[in-house]
Amino acid sequence: MSEETVSITIDGVEIEATPGQTILQAADAAGIYIPRLCAHPELEAFGACRVCTVKVNGRPQAACTTPVAKGMMVENDTSELLEYRRSLIEMLFVEGNHFCMFCERSGNCELQALAYRFGITAPRHDYQYPVRTLDGSHPEVFIDRNRCILCGRCVRASRDVDGKHVFDFVGRGHEKRIWIDAEARLADTPLKGEDRAVSVCPVGAILRKGTAYRDPIGRRAYDHRPIGSDIEACRPAEKKG
Amino acid sequence: MSDLERGVREICRSFRGDRTRMMDIVQAVQARYGCVSSEALNVIAAETDTHRVEVEGIVSFYTFLSAQPKGRVVIRLCDDIVDEMCGMRPVAQAFSEALGIPFGGTTPDGAITLEYTACIGLSDQAPAAIINDVPVTYLSSDKAREIVAELRRHGDPRRLVHRLGDGNNAHPLVRSMVHNSIRRKGPVVFAPFENGAALRKAMAMSPAEVIRDIKTSRLRGRGGAGFPTGMKWEFVRAAEGEPKYVICNADEGEPGTFKDRVILTEYADLVFEGMTIAGYAMGAAEGILYLRGEYAYLRVFLEHLLAERRRQGLLGKSVLGRAGFDFDIRIQMGAGAYVCGEETSLISSCEGRRGDPKNRPPFPAQRGYLDRPTAVNNVETFCCVARILDQGPGWFAQIGSRASTGTKLFSVSGDCASPGVYEYPFGVTLREVLTEVGAEAPAAVQIGGPSGQMVGPADFDRTICFDDLATGGSMIVFGPDRDPVYIAKRFLEFFAHESCGYCTPCRVGTWLMKKKLDALLEGRGEAADLPYLEDLGRTIKFTSRCGLGQTAPNPVLSTLKNFRTAYEKRAPARTDGHRAAFDLQAATAEARALIGETTAIY
Ligand SMILES: Cc1cc2nc3c(=O)[nH]c(=O)nc-3n(C[C@H](O)[C@H](O)[C@H](O)COP(=O)(O)O)c2cc1C
Ligand code: SF4
Ligand code: FES
Repeated sequence: MSEETVSITIDGVEIEATPGQTILQAADAAGIYIPRLCAHPELEAFGACRVCTVKVNGRPQAACTTPVAKGMMVENDTSELLEYRRSLIEMLFVEGNHFCMFCERSGNCELQALAYRFGITAPRHDYQYPVRTLDGSHPEVFIDRNRCILCGRCVRASRDVDGKHVFDFVGRGHEKRIWIDAEARLADTPLKGEDRAVSVCPVGAILRKGTAYRDPIGRRAYDHRPIGSDIEACRPAEKKG
Repeated sequence: MSDLERGVREICRSFRGDRTRMMDIVQAVQARYGCVSSEALNVIAAETDTHRVEVEGIVSFYTFLSAQPKGRVVIRLCDDIVDEMCGMRPVAQAFSEALGIPFGGTTPDGAITLEYTACIGLSDQAPAAIINDVPVTYLSSDKAREIVAELRRHGDPRRLVHRLGDGNNAHPLVRSMVHNSIRRKGPVVFAPFENGAALRKAMAMSPAEVIRDIKTSRLRGRGGAGFPTGMKWEFVRAAEGEPKYVICNADEGEPGTFKDRVILTEYADLVFEGMTIAGYAMGAAEGILYLRGEYAYLRVFLEHLLAERRRQGLLGKSVLGRAGFDFDIRIQMGAGAYVCGEETSLISSCEGRRGDPKNRPPFPAQRGYLDRPTAVNNVETFCCVARILDQGPGWFAQIGSRASTGTKLFSVSGDCASPGVYEYPFGVTLREVLTEVGAEAPAAVQIGGPSGQMVGPADFDRTICFDDLATGGSMIVFGPDRDPVYIAKRFLEFFAHESCGYCTPCRVGTWLMKKKLDALLEGRGEAADLPYLEDLGRTIKFTSRCGLGQTAPNPVLSTLKNFRTAYEKRAPARTDGHRAAFDLQAATAEARALIGETTAIY
């Protein structure tokens, strides 16, 4: 490893990290999967979903926003943390209206894939069945707020990648919603179908028209291997002590 | 160009189209037009080089801002638990009946809007409301009807003030009916003070020596978290980046807290002096007083005091004639958001954004307001600072207890004979305080506000200090007839309403908790609800992004621990296999209506 690195420990495994990296980035590079939803490799860290919560030197921290520091002791794959994360994922399911069985994103949805990875069959929380709006005015894209998990990926991608700022949040608390830079219609924004803001949505909230159910079952992203497998596949063979 | 467009433009330009002054811009638009309409959003976005959706995001974040037109007069009745205990419900009914509108409504002539609002810092004179900017206190149903009649006559909330309060509440620039209710004076905050005395002593020393004195005094922040003030200042002083900023946190949103209001009414100069000393010690040139929207009635008076200080050479260019030390203070108004008391949210708000907290690190001391090193301290902390410089750190450190030096102001309300503000040395027992405030039969005390904990008689001999019962100052007394489950529910309702919604656990979790408490109170509780609430509470505390979520479950968790039987009564174990929480009739009502089925389904 280069002299520029610091070493941190995740679940007892020592890994090398580059200063400036977050714990999540360092773990990814070392082939250790820390579950996440709002984080995206092309976008600035956000820290909203809290699914990546780890313990750093005994204290809870979001792995996606916490920079590495020399000698950090990180806990990730513990039953305590898995239980908290499971509860958070379930909160996202009951907060919106998620009907996986007919959602166009099924099989490619990161929320659904996480639920499978965590073995969630039914949420412990009561369903809230909120009343939310959808907007099909745009010729290429529609937005269904029922399925939005407020991860802010579209906000960041539109602003920082597409250079547009088509999306942002309005409201507060449980009335917070993803909103658009127009009075009411997505069609009145400069959004284009090929914008990154459209393709980064982890769930079926922002969808490109004409692409529904294109991947047959068996060829969808998470049909064969759980979410995170790609990261875990990069894990170097463990050093023998 | 429409009138609105011209007017909104003018407002934007008076702030040079500076987007970081967005809070001032949208509040000025709201004040002039009664709302920030869709057209206004477009104009503001164009004038400040932002996007419409950003401005909309800000307007929709703060309770006192609105995209829909409101009445020329807005009555905001405080619906805090203490107000409810003091008779808020009949007052609400009287308002509603006299106006002929429900809460949330506006009279058909567009004259008056009626709303509820969270604690407005008047729990010691509850029930209370703010009408536009004017606080009205000690309400009754009769008074509510009189107020409506008067407003119908002249439409001017300021003319509702017939009797002035004590002290500076009667000052011509305040003219408010609010009372200070200072019940116990101590040597640190509520003591005589000569303007400039502490600042002169500070400036006779080097900035490093001032910080050393603050450290020697072992002063810890009075805003709740208790962080050592000297250490914070040292971080800011050492941090890279210019200019540096000093912010005074006067958001005081914790229900049942009102001591900062009293300080700002009677001892504001002590606060400004503390801020100026902070500026000197850290090398800052600008200070901001972030004043909660509910205290807008104090604004003109505070501006006047600041102008006086400028005139006396205590603020402005070359403070006290010292070339190279320029320091001034501006007031930033909040607009109804409890979370903006959290220091990083407060900074977001000062920067003209939604009051979302920021990710840490970096901490405000490294990168705060406009990404510059910033020290945020509570109103009372700055009072302590000025007094320490005036009287010496040794004098301060011998007051209170070893780890908690100095005095603390308590805002006392609820079931007691003498609600008001008390200054005690740290280390006083809860029992002593309860005796002095005339709490006849205290069954429970919420200490540190909703985000603190609810304790029962077993804890009354504990001492109030950072190592035992810590508090930002709120102390709500509950008599034996009050229901801890109901109180916990009201507090959770508050947190769910005030959550910024950024992170999952706080946004969804507090709401779920509140709904579960509703179920318990409506007779739909089950034994499994109690461990569920404990698990949920732990999850929210552990995973939330800021202090709001990290403390929001406390009312539930502490009452579950200290008053468990009140919960158990409402959460019976069932043997018939039915789920009490499931209401079959309600669940099928819509479907039955659709098919025209009139009989109930069993
Ligand atoms: C939700 C929330 C609300 C807060 N409200 C206030 C407040 O109204 N006033 C205050 O001084 N501190 C408040 N705080 C604490 C501030 O974040 C911060 O710690 C404090 O202003 C620092 O000042 P101090 O060190 O002088 O206490 C709040 C914290 C949280 C999490
Ligand atoms: S629309 Fe999609 S990307 Fe945007 S916040 Fe919602 S879930 Fe995230
Ligand atoms: S991935 Fe870290 S908070 Fe969402």
